[in-house]
Amino acid sequence: MFKDITLGQYYPGESVIHKLDPRTKLSGTMLFLISLFINDKFIGLGLAFLFLMTMIKISGVPLRFITRGLKGIFLIVLITVLFSVFYVDSGTLLVEFWVFKIYSGGLANAAFIALRIMLLVIGSSLMTLTTTPTRLTDGLEKGLRFLNVIHFPVHALAMIMSIALRFIPILTQEMNKIMKAQMARGADFEKRGFLRRIRGYVPLLVPLIISAFRRAADLSQAMDARCYHGGKGRTKMKPLRYARRDFIGYLVLFSFLAATIAIRIMPCGC
Amino acid sequence: MALIDILHLFHSFYRYDESGSVSGTKAALKDVTLSIEAGSFVAVLGHNGSGKSTLAKHINALFLPSKGDVKVNGRNTRDAGEVLLIRRDAGMVFQNPDNQMIANVVEEEIAFGPENIGVPTEEIWERVGDALERVGMTAYRMHSPDRLSGGQKQRVAIAGVVAMKPQCIILDEPTAMLDPMGRREVLRTLHELNEKEKITILLITHHMDETIDADRVIVMDDGEVVLDDVPSVVFSHVEELRSRGLDVPVATQLAYELRQKGLELPDGILSEEEFVEAYLKLCK
Ligand SMILES: Nc1ncnc2c1ncn2[C@@H]1O[C@H](COP(=O)(O)OP(=O)(O)O)[C@@H](O)[C@H]1O
Ligand SMILES: [Mg+2]
Repeated sequence: MFKDITLGQYYPGESVIHKLDPRTKLSGTMLFLISLFINDKFIGLGLAFLFLMTMIKISGVPLRFITRGLKGIFLIVLITVLFSVFYVDSGTLLVEFWVFKIYSGGLANAAFIALRIMLLVIGSSLMTLTTTPTRLTDGLEKGLRFLNVIHFPVHALAMIMSIALRFIPILTQEMNKIMKAQMARGADFEKRGFLRRIRGYVPLLVPLIISAFRRAADLSQAMDARCYHGGKGRTKMKPLRYARRDFIGYLVLFSFLAATIAIRIMPCGC
Repeated sequence: MALIDILHLFHSFYRYDESGSVSGTKAALKDVTLSIEAGSFVAVLGHNGSGKSTLAKHINALFLPSKGDVKVNGRNTRDAGEVLLIRRDAGMVFQNPDNQMIANVVEEEIAFGPENIGVPTEEIWERVGDALERVGMTAYRMHSPDRLSGGQKQRVAIAGVVAMKPQCIILDEPTAMLDPMGRREVLRTLHELNEKEKITILLITHHMDETIDADRVIVMDDGEVVLDDVPSVVFSHVEELRSRGLDVPVATQLAYELRQKGLELPDGILSEEEFVEAYLKLCK
């Protein structure tokens, strides 16, 4: 289950999307997420879907690589969908049993929400898949630099984020290793029952947390040894500079947002 | 003046109880005095807990002396204003390659150090390219460190230090987690850096065979330096090394045992070749 999380992984490539300034990608992701919540019609989500698929195509990241990451959140989607089916009672009544009634409107609503969550997750993972954590840090740091005025520790926060992203795959690997080691000694992670299953994970979390702390101590020492002393006086191998492709990127983004808003305002029943 | 001067260095770790007062001390270094000459290749041997890592961290100003002084290039590690310069001159590579990588791409990983000391952008690119070449990892420039072998990861870590143009590299058991091939790669890289770039190498290890090509071997036990000489002399103290929980290289061991049985093999045999040569001479 954990090896399937692609969120936070980097997929090396040379595409335009990879080369875009991280600030462009950050704003792009933000705008895309906002657009998902502006949408209240299927056609709007359809547009978002088309937009995202085009971006993925351009990025060269295999679709299968991305959808693998969806397995991890499948349960969340399922629960949300189940709730939202019963939440809406418009349209025609389709099924009725005991106190539950399923309307066509409920089904549509559930499908809408499921699609929205999928797009949300895929959209945000595309950013991390095509941006190295270092670039992401740089983007955040430079994009949010204005917050330094109120003494908000922008650099420190960006560094924490990038290190967290860097260690997700390592800790995931470790989790699998510990899991196998416990299974070899008879632990059963497939137990029936929610609570028993959760309890089964405790012997896994304890070694994982201890090891994470050990890694953190090692890493901080290694960073000290390499003269890290915060953002002051630090230069960059790859300083951020907007290029022509970024302006085109912003243009595409705002056109997409404008189209989304237009669809929202559009008086139609679809 | 030597590159590194360690004078009567003591280091204690303290254990504290709940109220915050000291409930136990552990003397990890006891009166260590050493000087390391620029350009030398020095190996430090010692079993677990003998104080090797503690010593290494003092040279990098990661630890400060409980008593005594550590000077790198004449700069005292107690001098807070000099710490960055000390760390630039004496770089450090740690045991676990995964826990010392900050970036997700090899070239960015190597740039981390130069960025921290404020090297201008163009020069960072030059240094990164150069460092990659020095450790023979140019082909992996755009790779993710996670996908590299252990030996390659350590070479990247070494390149990360080389890019800061250090005078000295301290390596704390860099080969402990590597397979034999990875160990050979790392050792070869270190010897090349020492010979071609004249970078001083301080290699901490507990593999005897990694020390036989060093200029000097320092043996530590329980926080003290107990032997300090060229490898052939250090490894002639077979009994003493054994009593300190250390082995000797296989060829040395064999020569020692045969000598005990009355064969007149000379002292100071370290490698198989030397052994074969001495043995053939004996047969004549
Ligand atoms: N952070 C620490 N806290 C307490 N004791 C420590 C700490 N680090 C090391 N020691 C102790 O100091 C001694 C020397 O440790 P170390 O320098 O790591 O030895 P080596 O690297 O040779 O194995 C050991 O007895 C160890 O238990
Ligand atoms: Mg150690």
